[in-house]
Amino acid sequence: MVYEVFRQERKGQPFQHAGAVTAPNREFAEAYAREQYGRRGESVALWVVPRDAVLEIDDFVDELERNYHRVDGYPLKEKLKEARERAGRAASRDR
Amino acid sequence: MSREQSFLEYVQGGGQVETGDWMPDEYRAKLIKFIEMHGNSELMGVLPEREWILRAPTLQRKLALTAKVQDEVGHAQLIYRVVEDLGKPREACLDDLVSGKAKFHNVFHYPTKTWGDVGVIAWLVDAAAIISQKALLKCSYAPYARIMKKICWEESFHILHGRDVVLTMMNGTDEQRELVQEAVTRWWGPLMHFHGNPIPAEEDPMLVWRIKSQGNEGARQQFLDGYVPQIWELGLTVPDPKLRKNEDGVWEYTEPDWDELRTVVTGHGPKTAERLDLRRLAREHSAWVREVVLAEAA
Amino acid sequence: MSERAELLLEIADDELILGWRNSEWTGIAPFLEEDVAFSSIAQNEIGHARALYQLVAEELGTTADELAFDRSPHEYRCSRFVQLQLVADWARTIARHVLYEEADEQRIAALKASDDQDVAGLAAKIDREEVYHRLHAQMWHERLANEPRYIEALGELRPLVSERGEPTPDFAQLWEEMTMVRRSVPGATW
Repeated sequence: MVYEVFRQERKGQPFQHAGAVTAPNREFAEAYAREQYGRRGESVALWVVPRDAVLEIDDFVDELERNYHRVDGYPLKEKLKEARERAGRAASRDR
Repeated sequence: MSREQSFLEYVQGGGQVETGDWMPDEYRAKLIKFIEMHGNSELMGVLPEREWILRAPTLQRKLALTAKVQDEVGHAQLIYRVVEDLGKPREACLDDLVSGKAKFHNVFHYPTKTWGDVGVIAWLVDAAAIISQKALLKCSYAPYARIMKKICWEESFHILHGRDVVLTMMNGTDEQRELVQEAVTRWWGPLMHFHGNPIPAEEDPMLVWRIKSQGNEGARQQFLDGYVPQIWELGLTVPDPKLRKNEDGVWEYTEPDWDELRTVVTGHGPKTAERLDLRRLAREHSAWVREVVLAEAA
Repeated sequence: MSERAELLLEIADDELILGWRNSEWTGIAPFLEEDVAFSSIAQNEIGHARALYQLVAEELGTTADELAFDRSPHEYRCSRFVQLQLVADWARTIARHVLYEEADEQRIAALKASDDQDVAGLAAKIDREEVYHRLHAQMWHERLANEPRYIEALGELRPLVSERGEPTPDFAQLWEEMTMVRRSVPGATW
């Protein structure tokens, strides 16, 4: 069985995929992951997961331009320019 | 535009490929062959060095050399995993290795004769290898690029260990200095062969597919530039009277015999048969272990 | 030599020679993941030997390397069982590993209780590393529990665990190889 190994380099860092080991069960997988990804003190923590348990999703749909909930849906440059100019004219009118 | 053509443009533009992505058959085949040879080399490289683990003359050297060889076995594990995910199982790679069908790097076909070799291999052969490995850090095939990062990081102590062994001997007795010189003289030929014969960039599939980011001659020049000064500054000589850096900063040298390289990597080096036999025997003796431990239920 | 030195040398020699034997598997173990793991065990054993030799070396006015390498075969105090050449027999190798860890656990426990601070301190450190050796041994013991060749190997090796005495012929071969580079240029620094 293939076990995927995720490692955390330092506390506070995200766990990242580091590789995989072949092992018959959890015990062996633990021993082997510990050695391959931790014998040099290069990781503070590991997550070891059977490959089958990892669900990969790599297709995402966005057919109808859903930029209403993203930063690129808000081009404000023109509106801001117009608003500043109007405020500037209002100020000079009031004097 | 064909799918192959757009793939080629994609990788040439710096695009990265993951395991599940579509890739041309030729790209996959070239990758498997190249990466498999790398894995084979790590595994075969272990054999000349492990004899010296047993003969290491101090506890520190024994520990360092065992750790170095352990790293190389670990690298083989990482590399064969990549090949497996590309479609060729580890056992098939090992079958092809021991049967002589698959290749491994020239340097591992030669004997090691003294403790001088231990120092020179870790210092110079590993240096040559690291140059090649750094050229793989930007491999278009991402899983391979990622393991190269770990491999390069682990190799960093190998060179220091090698230098330490060599420097200690150079500061020691005349006999020790002679061991180092003799080893440098003997390993020079294989080192010059190591990076392979020069190939024009546009004819090198490894460069075209962005598997490697440096050609053979570039790697060799980089090796000479970095390491010949290190060799000369210790008062050691290299057995090539033509070796010099010219006014354009290019290293000139006696053209290696490329036929010899081809003969060696096709399985006719001085130690090829013996080492493959050792691998084959070890594998046969432990087949029952793999069956008991790794035989998977469906 | 004090009783303390004698005891520590015995343990150091066991760890050195077993570590040496286990390191023979580096590069040719049954499969790659195990090769890496077993190599760490061998390195730890040599590391333990080194630390133990250092304690004795302080008392005797010598160095760890001189104790490890510069004695004649008859001066080593390792048990006969760690001297055995067992490559390429994995069943016997694991049997020895399991039996050794079992016996060693008790020995270390005794050292941890020593009045001698240095000894007790070192024993505690060694014990913490040995936890992983024991897990590894147990893991293999369970996996091979029904393998006839393993059961046979355990039976064959168990009586030899505490035997000490004249060096075995296997040891003579080991000693030759272990000391050949040092003997080639006596007194040199490597």
